[in-house]
Amino acid sequence: MSSRDAILGRIRRSLGTGEANLVRRAAVTDRLQRAPAGVVPARGKLEPEARIALFREKAEAAQATTERVASPDDLPAAVAGYLRRHNLPQAIRMGDDPRLAAADWSREPQLSLSRGASAGDDLACLSQAAAAIAETGTLALASGPDNPTTLNFLPDVHIVAVAAEDVVGDLETVWAGLRERHGKGVLPRTVNLVTGPSRSADIEQTLLLGAHGPRSLHIVVVG
Amino acid sequence: MQITSPRFKTNAHEALRNPSLQKAMGNVERNFIGRRQASADALPEFEALRDSSRDIKAHTLKHLDLYLEAYERKVTEAGGHVHWAADAAEANRIILEICRNAGARTVTKGKSMVSEEIGLNAHLEANGIVPVETDLGEYIIQLRGEHPSHIIAPAVHVNKEEVEAEFRRVHTHLPPDRDLTEPTTLLAEARGELRSKFLAADVGITGANFLVAETGTSVIVTNEGNGDLTQILPKVHVVIASLEKVTPTLEDVSQILRVLARSATGQEMSVYTTLSTGPRRPEDPDGPEEYHVVLLDNGRSSMLGTDFEDMLRCIRCGACMNHCPVYHAIGGHAYGWVYPGPMGAVLTPTLIGVDKGGALPNASTFCGRCESVCPMRIPLPRMMRNWREREFERHLAPTPARWGLSVWSFFAQRPALYRLATRAAAGAMRLAGGRAGRLRRLPLAGGWTDYRDMPVPEGRTFMAEWNRRKGAGR
Repeated sequence: MSSRDAILGRIRRSLGTGEANLVRRAAVTDRLQRAPAGVVPARGKLEPEARIALFREKAEAAQATTERVASPDDLPAAVAGYLRRHNLPQAIRMGDDPRLAAADWSREPQLSLSRGASAGDDLACLSQAAAAIAETGTLALASGPDNPTTLNFLPDVHIVAVAAEDVVGDLETVWAGLRERHGKGVLPRTVNLVTGPSRSADIEQTLLLGAHGPRSLHIVVVG
Repeated sequence: MQITSPRFKTNAHEALRNPSLQKAMGNVERNFIGRRQASADALPEFEALRDSSRDIKAHTLKHLDLYLEAYERKVTEAGGHVHWAADAAEANRIILEICRNAGARTVTKGKSMVSEEIGLNAHLEANGIVPVETDLGEYIIQLRGEHPSHIIAPAVHVNKEEVEAEFRRVHTHLPPDRDLTEPTTLLAEARGELRSKFLAADVGITGANFLVAETGTSVIVTNEGNGDLTQILPKVHVVIASLEKVTPTLEDVSQILRVLARSATGQEMSVYTTLSTGPRRPEDPDGPEEYHVVLLDNGRSSMLGTDFEDMLRCIRCGACMNHCPVYHAIGGHAYGWVYPGPMGAVLTPTLIGVDKGGALPNASTFCGRCESVCPMRIPLPRMMRNWREREFERHLAPTPARWGLSVWSFFAQRPALYRLATRAAAGAMRLAGGRAGRLRRLPLAGGWTDYRDMPVPEGRTFMAEWNRRKGAGR
């Protein structure tokens, strides 16, 4: 007998049930189909402007920095300005996400752009988030042809753009959005929920930023 | 790893006499408790979320076979492979074979307690493959040749001077006069050292906090980002997880995520919660080409339907040990195997046998703090009591304890004699204690009086007081 069958057999024996128990099967199919929401904190249930304010407050509480610009065409200036303020070279790597591509990057002629996945030698990278979650100040980033995952972890400085209309109240709304885009029960290869920059408290419980991932996280809310 | 749980008592005595351990353990009590309380207080729905999380896991365990089958189907649909391992040896064999097929020489590892449970590092090393732990705490203890002393803060027993000494011993290619006195410089050095290992690894191995049946996804929850670099850079990503990690839906995961970080570190969310589904897609610019999940049983399927089924709800947040007075006093290594603290005291005897792990459930004052903070509302004290009963029934308890219990049961079954004896004993202790009201020595209670005085009983015995109040009430 394979280990698979042996393990499943042992589970059924311990539970005192057979394989063909239709009531149990129906309960499982039902839960997987309906995906009941459970207890969703009231905290995130807000009007759009208040939601964006809560998102920024929570993200900053997790040591991210945030700013808001009026339109996608203001994004290049926000990126260049952040790099300038932190004495970083005017260079950024990003994916081919159409929302990033739509910005008018020619407005910042000094900013050198590179595209695609990171090999680990970029100081700063720019990503487009699929959503932002007000409840906890969390970004949701989904991998795909235009959104490399390496950009989220290898640079020292991670800048993330998120559209104002994509700032949602809670995690459950993010799942609903992903199901709409990719279908029920299907996810992109990687979904990163990111709350603040990388950190560790492994040495004497002292909280330090910049463990293995980005040392700083800057969020630009667009719109 | 070598199991030292049977010599728990000796371990505990040594830990109490170890000044650097005692200094390091002070950090646990100082930091974790207040942080958890503050974040729980800041969320009005926290207690309701604990109930909801408990119910989700209880439902999942009652349907575990079916959710595992659903999960396996979705992983396969997404292009991943599921391997079932009945025990540690089989899991090690499967992982070694995956590494060999990938031609691996080094593997990076995210933090995984199940990997500690199966002794994966030793198995890989014995077969010529170099495992590199990348979580800062795990990296420190791997250099020191140790095992984690805490399930989420593996190097909690180590002081920063000891980290500095270890880095100087191992990182000999760096300038010897560099300053390593501050935690920031230690962290920066580890980051620099490990970056090249991430980029060079052939296989990345992570654990999982959840396996999602709805989507065939594994979820890791971390703060450093090392788990992510471990799983997106190498060609092959291997997930090692035990059966009970399966959770029905993304909504169910969200319920538990809301109590996990709050209970563990007091964060509202950990920095990185990463959902991985299968290998990279054909058009993806990065990510692993192969994705494997090794599902480990190792005794868990037999816990279902027993007194210990509730233990399978555990999400490994560490709150029970962070709040345990026994853990604070002796640290994690004294427990003698992988899982320390109250959750370890319950889990260890089920996984290695009550003959080897039976001392651990006795290391409890039954103060109940572990159950009161457990996000999954696991009745840890009840289960420790269950183990004590089994240990007694199987005649595994030490002779003095058995003898003491027989004496107690003799008196307990003879109430008049019991009352007389307790009254006499209380009186004698009061006399012996004198004006100070404390006893420096007490026959048969050296375990207590070696470390502190025994206060003498104040006032009457319980029964005398009871009868007096009953009389007064009439």
